Amino acid sequence: MSSTRGKVVGVNGNLVTAEVDRAVMQNEVVYVTTGPLRLKAELIRVRGRFVEMQVFEDTTGLRAGDDIEFTSTMLSAELGPGLLGRVYDGLQNPLPELAAQTGFFLQRGTYLPSLDRTKQWRFTPKAVVGSSLIAGDLIGTVPEGIFAHRVMVPFGHPAALTVQWVAPSGDYTVEEVVARLVDLNGGVHEVCMMQRWPVKLPIRAYQERVRPKDPLVTQVRIVDTFFPVARGGTYCVPGPFGAGKTVLQQITSRNADVDIVIVAACGERAGEVVETLREFPELIDPRTGKSLMERTMIVCNTSSMPVAAREASVYLAVTVAEYYRQMGLHVLLLADSTSRWAQALREVSGRLEEIPGEEAFPAYLESVIASFYERGGLVKLRDGTTGSVTIGGTVSPAGGNFEEPVTQATLKVVGAFHGLSRERSDARRYPAIHPLESWSKYPSLVPIADVEFGRKLLRRGNDVQQMMKVVGEEGTSMQDFVVYCKGEFLDAAYLQQDAFHDVDSSTGGDRQKHVYGLLVQVLQKDLHFHDKDAARTFFQRLLQAMIDWNRAPFGAPEFQSGEQRIRQMVAEVTSTREASKAGAS
Amino acid sequence: MRTVYTKIEQIVGNVVTVAASDVSYRELAQITSAPGTAQQRSSLAQVIRLEAGRVFLQVFAGARGISTDAEVRFLGKPMEVSFSDALLGRVFTGSGVPRDNGPVLTQNMVPIAGPSVNPSERIIPRRMVRTGIPMIDVFNTLVESQKLPIFSVAGEPYNQLLSRIALQAEVDVIVLGGMGLKYDDYLFFKETLEQKGALARSVMFVHTAADPVVECLMVPDMALAVAEQFALQKKRVLVLLTDMTNYADALKEIAITMEQIPSNRGYPGDLYSQLAARYEKAVDFQSAGSITILAVTTMPGDDVTHPVPDNTGYITEGQYYLRNGRIEPFGSLSRLKQFVNGKTREDHRTIMNVMIQLYSSCKEAREKRSMGFKTSAWDQKLLDYGDQFEREMMDLTVNVPLEQALDKGWQILASCFEPAEAGVPSRLAEKFWPKK
Ligand SMILES: Nc1ncnc2c1ncn2[C@@H]1O[C@H](COP(=O)(O)OP(=O)(O)OP(=O)(O)O)[C@@H](O)[C@H]1O
Ligand SMILES: [Mg+2]
Repeated sequence: MSSTRGKVVGVNGNLVTAEVDRAVMQNEVVYVTTGPLRLKAELIRVRGRFVEMQVFEDTTGLRAGDDIEFTSTMLSAELGPGLLGRVYDGLQNPLPELAAQTGFFLQRGTYLPSLDRTKQWRFTPKAVVGSSLIAGDLIGTVPEGIFAHRVMVPFGHPAALTVQWVAPSGDYTVEEVVARLVDLNGGVHEVCMMQRWPVKLPIRAYQERVRPKDPLVTQVRIVDTFFPVARGGTYCVPGPFGAGKTVLQQITSRNADVDIVIVAACGERAGEVVETLREFPELIDPRTGKSLMERTMIVCNTSSMPVAAREASVYLAVTVAEYYRQMGLHVLLLADSTSRWAQALREVSGRLEEIPGEEAFPAYLESVIASFYERGGLVKLRDGTTGSVTIGGTVSPAGGNFEEPVTQATLKVVGAFHGLSRERSDARRYPAIHPLESWSKYPSLVPIADVEFGRKLLRRGNDVQQMMKVVGEEGTSMQDFVVYCKGEFLDAAYLQQDAFHDVDSSTGGDRQKHVYGLLVQVLQKDLHFHDKDAARTFFQRLLQAMIDWNRAPFGAPEFQSGEQRIRQMVAEVTSTREASKAGAS
Repeated sequence: MRTVYTKIEQIVGNVVTVAASDVSYRELAQITSAPGTAQQRSSLAQVIRLEAGRVFLQVFAGARGISTDAEVRFLGKPMEVSFSDALLGRVFTGSGVPRDNGPVLTQNMVPIAGPSVNPSERIIPRRMVRTGIPMIDVFNTLVESQKLPIFSVAGEPYNQLLSRIALQAEVDVIVLGGMGLKYDDYLFFKETLEQKGALARSVMFVHTAADPVVECLMVPDMALAVAEQFALQKKRVLVLLTDMTNYADALKEIAITMEQIPSNRGYPGDLYSQLAARYEKAVDFQSAGSITILAVTTMPGDDVTHPVPDNTGYITEGQYYLRNGRIEPFGSLSRLKQFVNGKTREDHRTIMNVMIQLYSSCKEAREKRSMGFKTSAWDQKLLDYGDQFEREMMDLTVNVPLEQALDKGWQILASCFEPAEAGVPSRLAEKFWPKK
């Protein structure tokens, strides 16, 4: 325990100023105590005898003269078995356990251990006595749900350590010593299953970073086919309110082909987390046959929860993601919304009276966002296996205008951009990802030529549509009109997807390859019609058939017959081509 | 005995500063002008900043007429409101003073702006709130525990809409929070609730346009604190907040007084957090009652990207656009509708989607027509459809239960289209498409 003491001299919202008498550390955790209350805070600025702290709680009732307690540690996450399936606030307090103590309402100043201290885990030793290990190397494993959770040499050890002792197989709690390691100076380090890691520092106990290239299948067609995400990649989903960012993340959190999903609900609605919270335990993950909750961890710091803890919540999430990545697992971190965290930075920066940048965001916004997304990545671990952290963040731009600082800073650093548009969501064209404005630097699961074909068709269809607005339908050639119909058809039949339909909501990789392959075949055909109404009617009927087909389970009899029907409908208009020409002459 | 301070150092806007110690953040104080002053005034004030021995106080009644030798007496507690059934039928100001002729209430004081609900204690909303308005019931169903604003420009009948929903909804308690309300609108609410016999299950906290602006800031917290207490007593509570733009403007005023750096058009950077802290009080308790919040957000300049509607939209669970006396289907959204509209009738969702998509196509056809282009046979169908849709669904005078509204939907579709043209799944068309 540090003996530094301080006294509160000022309170402005969640920013507290104190006068101190001794050395302090930037970003150290401190507690502000008033009466029986002890509120957690982080030291964010030092100016002579005065320090400023952002308090992670409501500051009502604090007074000048209140004591400050220093801890000499940075804000850290508890890492160890038992994180999965849990729901934490931004400071890693388990929320259900808090409720058990304080009831319906959150009570400030109540902090609980993040990992269960009494639960025993079946430990199997893996490290060999006498061998030399470095940070991140394997000591043993414990089963955690469907995973073999690796107990590793704590990431903070700078140099090689020799294994002196490893606990035999058996049941241990996270605080019991399972290994003893000796450093070069003969110092002995006891290792238990739980370690702490400062959330703002990336974990780097891997051999090397490699370029992400394998698609991460989200089962959202427009994403996987047109704007794919890679395992270890980063992407952002900006969009105006109500455009569908959260729904997109929710279905991704269910369907994404990864080992672990970390959901960071940052400054958004509590109700949305509740959906995940209540539904996931009931949902079975088809890949594992276990409840989805077993592969999920939720960090929940919603909009009415302390603003200062928003920042902590995204860092906690990414730290846990990195931790599981160290076990050779593929982790997806979904953060909703990174703008709320940026706004929290803005609030604090304003109170610190820093010189504001654009829209009053602090000048360091860009570098903070960049270093957050940089924590995503695909890495090769020292045992040759790979693990990844994929980061997908939503952005909530003011006024829905992508020219604002948070969107712009994010676009600079991510590998894919799924821009949601107000026009598309108003027209109920969900998911409202704009097919002409979005982009991705990662490879698709369908052949590149097919993707290009689809993009071109959509662009040309859109061009014709714009032109038609000027010259009218009668001034549009039949050929152009068919291009327009084809574009609209591709949009409605493939890009649009009903998030609330059991089957349509998730389209696996194989199904996408199959369906998109067929669509490309169809759309590449020269289709001929008597007149525009005939063309329109045909595409309406074809769309109807497609919608039915999209709703049939993959491989089921309805799926086969649906496909037959579509092929037949297309064959009819393709084969009537000659006949209609003959009839016309 | 607490010290009385009589030396105000600074008065800026509605914020006064005194040198004082042993004061806690957000504590209340009573400020009374020195005896013998011409304008004898007394007002509550709240601590909004502590800084190096100085205390900043936001004066509820406004700083106008406050002299530097006024008495500042700290009360040792933050703002509270009395809670009991005696509130029902009563009207108060933003600082909790009776506006009617009833007695001052002092029993069972509860703090306002209390902590938020632990998310893990929340449940998924499950009950529809029936309003008899097809644009709500069919297209954007209102759900118990939802927080939802009406976006509109000044001059639209939003307060009428608010009171109509309040009276038709099956709730136990109605809490009205009026901010910057025109006096006539205040009387309108009072009279409407009285006439329909709903006053006895209502509580009103009203700040009118003529009242001090700081009191406006208290209204949502007072209203929601009371609502929360009723909800904990297993009551289903509907909170009406009108107009939240006035509330946001009051926040702006205070922020500028405190020399905060504005983020967007003068509004403080924490506007989102401030609004969210209030709206997030909407809740459905597992083993108690619920709070549903219907608010009004007027859009300055009819601009939805204005910071107030924009931040609101990011917080609430949808919004109703009131324009030209109708709830617009585009832009209007109930985000909780999917929790309930799957359990109403099997055709509910399809009618909802199909009718809106066609109405959107109709708008395109209208655009075409207005540009003077030839309309196709298909356009003609859409135009017909659009007119019928507006007349029989959108018009706010239509007042029918959900089921009848759905039937009406099928009739409109069938009178304009073939099932395939409408894009109805075959299975539902077979069952519901009216046979000619
Ligand atoms: N893929 C989809 N399919 C069907 N409906 C959708 C889809 N995406 C969004 N919606 C509809 O749009 C509503 C709003 O979506 P969502 O909550 O995801 O918006 P958002 O972009 O997260 O908004 P905010 O920024 O305010 O949080 C949903 O409640 C739902 O009604
Ligand atoms: Mg959202």
